[in-house]
Amino acid sequence: MIWNESKECMSRDEMHALQSARLVKMVERVYYNVPFYRKKMQEMGLELGDVKGIEDITKLPFTTKSDLRDNYPFGLLAVPRSEIVRVHASSGTTGKATVVAYTRKDLDLWSECVARAFTMAGVTREDTIQIAYGYGLFTGGLGAHAGAERLGATVVPMSTGNTKKLTTMMKDFDVTAIACTPSYLLHIAETLEEMGDLDKVKLKTAICGAEPWTENMRKQIENKLHIHAHDIYGLSEVLGPGVACDCEYHRGLHVQEDHFIPEIIDPDTLQPLPAGETGELVFTTITKEGLPILRYRTRDLTSIDYTPCECGRTTARISRFKGRSDDMLIIRGVNVFPSQIESALLEMGEVAPHYLMIVDRVNNLDTLEVQVEVEERFFSDEIKELEKLTKKIATVIQHAIGLAVKVKLVEPKTIERSMGKSVHVIDNRKLI
Amino acid sequence: MYLKQLSVFIENREGRLEEVLDVLKKNNINIVSLSLADTSDYGLLRLLVTEPEAGRKALSENGFSAMLTDVLGVKLRHKVGCLQELLEVICKSHINIEYMYALETGNDDASIVMKTSNLEKATELLKETDVEFVTQDEIRETV
Repeated sequence: MIWNESKECMSRDEMHALQSARLVKMVERVYYNVPFYRKKMQEMGLELGDVKGIEDITKLPFTTKSDLRDNYPFGLLAVPRSEIVRVHASSGTTGKATVVAYTRKDLDLWSECVARAFTMAGVTREDTIQIAYGYGLFTGGLGAHAGAERLGATVVPMSTGNTKKLTTMMKDFDVTAIACTPSYLLHIAETLEEMGDLDKVKLKTAICGAEPWTENMRKQIENKLHIHAHDIYGLSEVLGPGVACDCEYHRGLHVQEDHFIPEIIDPDTLQPLPAGETGELVFTTITKEGLPILRYRTRDLTSIDYTPCECGRTTARISRFKGRSDDMLIIRGVNVFPSQIESALLEMGEVAPHYLMIVDRVNNLDTLEVQVEVEERFFSDEIKELEKLTKKIATVIQHAIGLAVKVKLVEPKTIERSMGKSVHVIDNRKLI
Repeated sequence: MYLKQLSVFIENREGRLEEVLDVLKKNNINIVSLSLADTSDYGLLRLLVTEPEAGRKALSENGFSAMLTDVLGVKLRHKVGCLQELLEVICKSHINIEYMYALETGNDDASIVMKTSNLEKATELLKETDVEFVTQDEIRETV
């Protein structure tokens, strides 16, 4: 099944023409309505008439996560505040959140994209789907929810946190589809297995995203639950979940190209790379009203394939992600930068800013341990004082990154120092 | 009056305790008593040594977190109920014992080393009884 054949299966020429027309209009809109972009374009000596079509996209300025942060909260809006009907936010690198905003039409195109993605995963109006992403400021829950409703499926808004209730309802409601992170789905599968309930559920498909996962994990999920598992991709700066998803052939994730133009660039030279080569994924939104974004640097490393897919769709496909061009980690679906922990420790002032993050996956759930050096001036001869210090550090870090952590005190000068790029992270999850 | 206790932070790693002892040995510092408190991630080594200040310096130079803490050493007779009677005096005044360990001082008596929530007050209370305190000089001369 294809949700929107007219858009998902149009010829490459038609797609080019549509993207060109939309891009030109979009550039005009941001030039007149977003001072940030107008200034950037003027500084580059770029005039409105210079962008005549998609081939001119490389002339446009890039947008980075820090641009969003610098214009916190609503500096990049292209519409009056009264047009905004929803905001979402993700934790930022220095405590400030990255805020994104949607008009009614934006929410409409978002649910359209998610409906297309869920249809790729085989979900129809006959299905009952559990949305087990967090509901709230995170785009995952509400984004997936609206798409599933638009599709006409029966939506069970589980959110996260109560696996027992989730598995019970999965059985009782004859749930056939689920949207959640892949690691959480494996955890759910294990819970079902432990209770001897694996054959009592009617699950047939899963749409997993919000964190990187491997082909091996997909096989593990599919074999354990006897379902098809699909990969959904998105980021709040561009839209949220639904920017791309893979179909039943699993040969890359189809990008909703009539809304987002993907590019692959060399992260060092910033020059465009030809199709098939691995580089950093960049997105330009061409229909969004509230927060249109020019050439957003996702930092995700992948390649693009423009050949038509066996499923009948002609939209470009991005390959499974091969890593990131920055040091961002995705832990339990939450974006974490090591610098967040560093600045939290510095602000606290009680410990040396020498730390080591150890990320692991235990029983399919991500764990984060932060090792902190105990300097002589914070050392105590009483265990209770050291425990108090440990708890305080854990609270400060949790506050900064929004994730529970285990803090381990270590001896001074045992964490490696280096003159260049110091090693702050050991990731034992082997996701790539 | 107080004893200078040498406290050292030790990670739960193979050989770390031995390395602490090696530093003390190389500096000719004798250990008179010790207690090792353990948690899942680290241990806290508390030592009474012949030269506490020199010990702290040597350990710091070798990369350990070490500090000196004032503790109280009290002599006790080898008699049933002696320690209970001593604690009764302290506890009646709502002073907490943070930690405590034993110290060998001779054939006729044993000693107790302790840290309390209010060291000065505990000392005053004990002075009113007939107990005898262990001095730093006695620790140094133990050898």
